[in-house]
Amino acid sequence: MNITEIQDLIKFVAKSGVNEVQIEHKEFKITIKSDISVKRGRAAAAKALELEVQQMQATMPIIPMAGAPQITAPVAVQAEEPEQDSHLIEIKSPMIGTFYRRPSPDKDSFMEVGQQVNIGDTVCVIEAMKLFNEIESEVSGKIVKILVDDNSPVEYDQPLFLVEPA
Amino acid sequence: MFKKILIANRGEIALRVIRTCKEMGIKTVAVYSTADAESLHVRFADEAVCVGPPQSAKSYLNIPAIISAAEITNADAIHPGYGFLSENANFSRICRENDIKFIGASPEMIDSMGDKASAKNTMKAAGVPCIPGSVGILDNYEDAVACALEVGYPVMLKATAGGGGKGMQLCNDEEELADGWESARREAMACFGNDGMYMEKFIVEPRHIEIQIAGDQNGKVCHMSERDCSIQRRHQKLVEETPSPYMTDDLREKMGQAAIIAGEAVRYEGVGTVEFLVDAHRDFYFMEMNTRIQVEHTITEEVIDYDLVKEQVKLAYGESISGRNYYPKMHSIQCRINAEDPARNFAPCPGMITNYHQPGGHGIRIDTHVYSGYMIPPHYDSMISKLIVTAQSRDEAITKMSRALDEYIIEGVKTTIPFHQRLMQNEKFRSGNFTTKFLEEETI
Repeated sequence: MNITEIQDLIKFVAKSGVNEVQIEHKEFKITIKSDISVKRGRAAAAKALELEVQQMQATMPIIPMAGAPQITAPVAVQAEEPEQDSHLIEIKSPMIGTFYRRPSPDKDSFMEVGQQVNIGDTVCVIEAMKLFNEIESEVSGKIVKILVDDNSPVEYDQPLFLVEPA
Repeated sequence: MFKKILIANRGEIALRVIRTCKEMGIKTVAVYSTADAESLHVRFADEAVCVGPPQSAKSYLNIPAIISAAEITNADAIHPGYGFLSENANFSRICRENDIKFIGASPEMIDSMGDKASAKNTMKAAGVPCIPGSVGILDNYEDAVACALEVGYPVMLKATAGGGGKGMQLCNDEEELADGWESARREAMACFGNDGMYMEKFIVEPRHIEIQIAGDQNGKVCHMSERDCSIQRRHQKLVEETPSPYMTDDLREKMGQAAIIAGEAVRYEGVGTVEFLVDAHRDFYFMEMNTRIQVEHTITEEVIDYDLVKEQVKLAYGESISGRNYYPKMHSIQCRINAEDPARNFAPCPGMITNYHQPGGHGIRIDTHVYSGYMIPPHYDSMISKLIVTAQSRDEAITKMSRALDEYIIEGVKTTIPFHQRLMQNEKFRSGNFTTKFLEEETI
């Protein structure tokens, strides 16, 4: 496997949302783990995972390799977050609606990765029935990851941000 | 036809609606509170979104959350089930404003039928028999006496702002009326700050018999015969059956026609129910109109062989009704199984169902959302299952219900199954000769 193929494989795994993939081939064995699990709504996550596994199995042979690769172990999914994330706090959505990162299309995002957030700071806007609700943080710390794309639907209790507490 | 319907409800009725939608090729969206994440309706729907925490006010009654859920899933219609927002005129209006079809009554219809006094006036004007009584509020004591003489004793003095049995007085003669006039008004003023009173003839030991109707947008209404719901505890129905053991062909014709007149008078669209009280002379009086699908719609479905939820969806889409009335071909009985302890005054018993096995066989239908290992949450009502049996005759239906109840295993929580088993053996129930007073007077 050349370096480009390995890079493509890594990008594919990262995009799929799967946490860990192991591939065994007579010439090599490769394990790819993504570092932070991406949480989604329960039903969506279960369906998405099924879909990714099917996609993975369908598309794997397309990556050119020396021989036919055998995926010996089924895709291993970590149910828990990797250990290093257990101290991070989630900011969860207090309502169902559409998540926006910025107050309006022409303005900057409320929060970026690495930014300091204090209790009471507005982290995002969630829109429901044409009403825009500013969501305030209940924790202080540093934004480590933004879990939802701009302009996408979110459910009640869905994790939006991961914060390293101060 | 609608492409996607969001079901704004939970439990067995959510599942009921999802099943019909699937048969119609319509995609389904379930909404759920965090307490219902493991519920069956969530699993059976094509999509499911969490709308709030366990409290109903913040989830199933949370209008912005429900509308938002419909927005993000692109649902083109909402089915509200029964209870919750099904007869909330505001919700019906907001659906309309947001271009989402509310599978139920229009806001104007809900408003007009929800106000009991105005509903009664509308019915009276249309020629539907109503409980005789005063026209509006009584002006003074003399007015009360005159009214009582006109309608005939016994009479009920009722507070216009009243509720929960407060500010009501039964008066058997003029002497009791004199006392009642003072005491009821005092109680009404104390409880509601308003001592306005009206009067209704007291219907002695009535039967609660309701007529199922369906109406389309062309103003045509038809009926699907009656359901007898007289077996009630504290105004909560426990057992329903059709046909009513008290019914005659003649009475059914009269009540069916009255229900059609009621529906057409208000240009009712959708499926609904007109509730009547029937007295010992087989005189019937309009009580109220329910502008939603009911818990006991099931027994009507079984005896006329008809999917009422499918009819609801089709009518909401603008289709026309067949134009026929429907009459029961069989006898059907429904027992509502609640997670309550009959031995402790029907105290609710939420908790884990450790073992569940439901009855089967010919003529058995179960509408339920529970399963073995299901945790009944404490936040919602206690009904966990509806056991419906259908047979050729009433006696056979009762025998079949007994047999089915004997097979029904629900362990881990107390249920009303033993109560229903005893009820099926009760002589008075078996005789078919009972009124709404039945459970007050009989010990089951």
